[in-house]
Amino acid sequence: MGKLKFSKDQYLKWYEEMLLYRKFEEKAGQLYIQQKIRGFCHLYIGQEALVAGAASVLLKDDNMITAYRDHVHPMAKGVTPRAVMAELFAKSTGCSKGKGGSMHMFSKEHRFFGGHGIVGGQIPLGAGIAFADKFLGNDNVTLCYMGDGAVRQGAFHEALNMAMTWKLPVVFIIENNNYAMGTSVERTSNITDLYKLGHAYEMPSSAMDGMTVEDVHFAIEEAVLRARKGDGPTLLEMKTYRYRGHSMSDPAKYRTKEEVEEYKAQDPIQKVLKTIIENKWASDEELETINNRVKDVVEDSVTFAEESPYPEASELYTDVYAEADYPYIVD
Amino acid sequence: MRTIQFREALREAMSEEMRKDPTIFLMGEEVAQYDGAYKVSQGMLAEFGEKRVIDTPIAELGFAGIGVGAAMNGLRPIIEFMTFNFSLVAIDQIINSAAKITSMSGGQFSVPIVFRGPTGSAGMLSSQHSQAFENWYANCPGLKVIVPSNPNDAKGLLKSAIRDNNPVIFMESEQMYGDKGEVPDGEYLIPIGVADIKRKGKDVTIVSFGKIMKVVLNAAEELSKEGIDAEVIDLRTVRPIDYATVIESVKKTNRLVLVEESWPLGNISTEVAFKVQKDAFDYLDAPIKRVNCMDVPLPYAPSLIEAFLPNIERVVKEVKSVMYRK
Ligand SMILES: Cc1ncc(C[n+]2csc(CCOP(=O)(O)OP(=O)(O)O)c2C)c(N)n1
Ligand SMILES: [Mg+2]
Repeated sequence: MGKLKFSKDQYLKWYEEMLLYRKFEEKAGQLYIQQKIRGFCHLYIGQEALVAGAASVLLKDDNMITAYRDHVHPMAKGVTPRAVMAELFAKSTGCSKGKGGSMHMFSKEHRFFGGHGIVGGQIPLGAGIAFADKFLGNDNVTLCYMGDGAVRQGAFHEALNMAMTWKLPVVFIIENNNYAMGTSVERTSNITDLYKLGHAYEMPSSAMDGMTVEDVHFAIEEAVLRARKGDGPTLLEMKTYRYRGHSMSDPAKYRTKEEVEEYKAQDPIQKVLKTIIENKWASDEELETINNRVKDVVEDSVTFAEESPYPEASELYTDVYAEADYPYIVD
Repeated sequence: MRTIQFREALREAMSEEMRKDPTIFLMGEEVAQYDGAYKVSQGMLAEFGEKRVIDTPIAELGFAGIGVGAAMNGLRPIIEFMTFNFSLVAIDQIINSAAKITSMSGGQFSVPIVFRGPTGSAGMLSSQHSQAFENWYANCPGLKVIVPSNPNDAKGLLKSAIRDNNPVIFMESEQMYGDKGEVPDGEYLIPIGVADIKRKGKDVTIVSFGKIMKVVLNAAEELSKEGIDAEVIDLRTVRPIDYATVIESVKKTNRLVLVEESWPLGNISTEVAFKVQKDAFDYLDAPIKRVNCMDVPLPYAPSLIEAFLPNIERVVKEVKSVMYRK
């Protein structure tokens, strides 16, 4: 595809963003092994282009929502690595005040509507966020991410039908990494080209290479334009791969080393780096500066998280109801 | 006696029943090729084959309903939810179908199905993954609800559940699967609806069930060091509830503390307390107390989890309060 449609600056931005996502997640994985991060921990390593290719399209007031593999998406919407890392550490300075954790990043300020833990649960919510924008008459667009496993839920089909019928400004993005935990896509349905599910609702639908950030950008750009014009939703199937297990506790025995290597050979960050080097857009020194900057940002996020306090026990009784004086049962 | 893990006890119960009755099958997410998300069904695909150990897509409403339909038409499904948090996606089929069909059909159809999986909190997973729905399901006529606390009870009760001709909710815990306990070699059944006195005592009755029984038994040990002799009753089944065993114990100890991992409004503790004040009012020497979860969603931070869950300290405190001791 027409790679040169993008500027040097865009490539350097993509490189730095995706490297940050990668290094941040690698760090989170290490910290999980050290038990500084606990609970479930689902890493985005390998899938970075799906979010970087959206960041280069979205406007500030556009919305994003996703499932529980949600450390990276909020950063693309402007949430700081500090706020995400602090949330992973369960600290009160986290983007959900230490109440949501790994699976539940939120930032109203950055129009990030959350990480959601029930597979498929966020899909109608994404359509609903778009419903509100249409109702209110503004031209914001919502990106609603989901895993390949989520498209087998009724919620997906109900939401797609209504979104299409009502022409809601939403883009449904399937992060097709070919596995839902240990279950490969072909074991869950006769329909393995997931974008085709949109055809049942006559929704514009297509598949693309999710390991190539330019392709992701083009697809999202077209879909976002359609939504902004009032022409309704789009379903995008992005073929990608998670290099790590489903979560930190998954040994991933259901796939071969060769399969993992095959995808690593198409690494989205390496591809962007190659383009930068081929075009001589950055010297080794300049790349080193970027790498160091990313390293510093990640380290800084960890220091910030470590030094932040846990929420006070009294925080149990805040943020549950809209009113502060709700009469909880306390025996 | 031999000692096995909780998960092995469950596996034995299912496998033994499946060997005897070819209409039983196990269905759920990751139960077959992955050997179970928590390894409960490890090896079962190898033994029983794809026809009877079946991986599903992530489609709880669909496969729960398929289970109910199959049960109406002669099979005896075991449906595994990866956790009961996800059973909410399927709850329409459990409440509106499984629990109602026998009644709606005037007794023509029975629904012999088991829905099983872990319930309750399991560490830092935040509010969508930490919920206990025992009292929700127990509220619904037509269902039976079993919540075992150790491998021995788990095996005997699961076998009874599989043989039962009603829909049965069978709740486990991620935090119990690795627990070891004595389980007899031969076949045995434990009847549904019968409580078990896990510790004999004379000073106070503590009633609980499921995973939190561990907290209660440890609290009883603490109390004994201070000269308080607690009787600990494990309900084991929360629908139907064995009120008689509780009331008999209260008549002896005259004091009752209920411990349950659940939100306080309308839970099992409330229900048992109602029954005891009604049927044993004259025997009570102190108000009934309960130790439950706080009345809020369970957040992620360890500082908040600690403040939310029943623990030994809180149980000891409430027991002392019903004994008017400091
Ligand atoms: C309703 C529901 N069922 C089951 C689960 C347990 N679970 C968590 S993630 C997952 C797999 C989801 O896979 P996919 O949608 O492909 O997303 P990925 O993990 O690949 O990003 C499952 C079964 C859940 N969280 N919610
Ligand atoms: Mg997937």
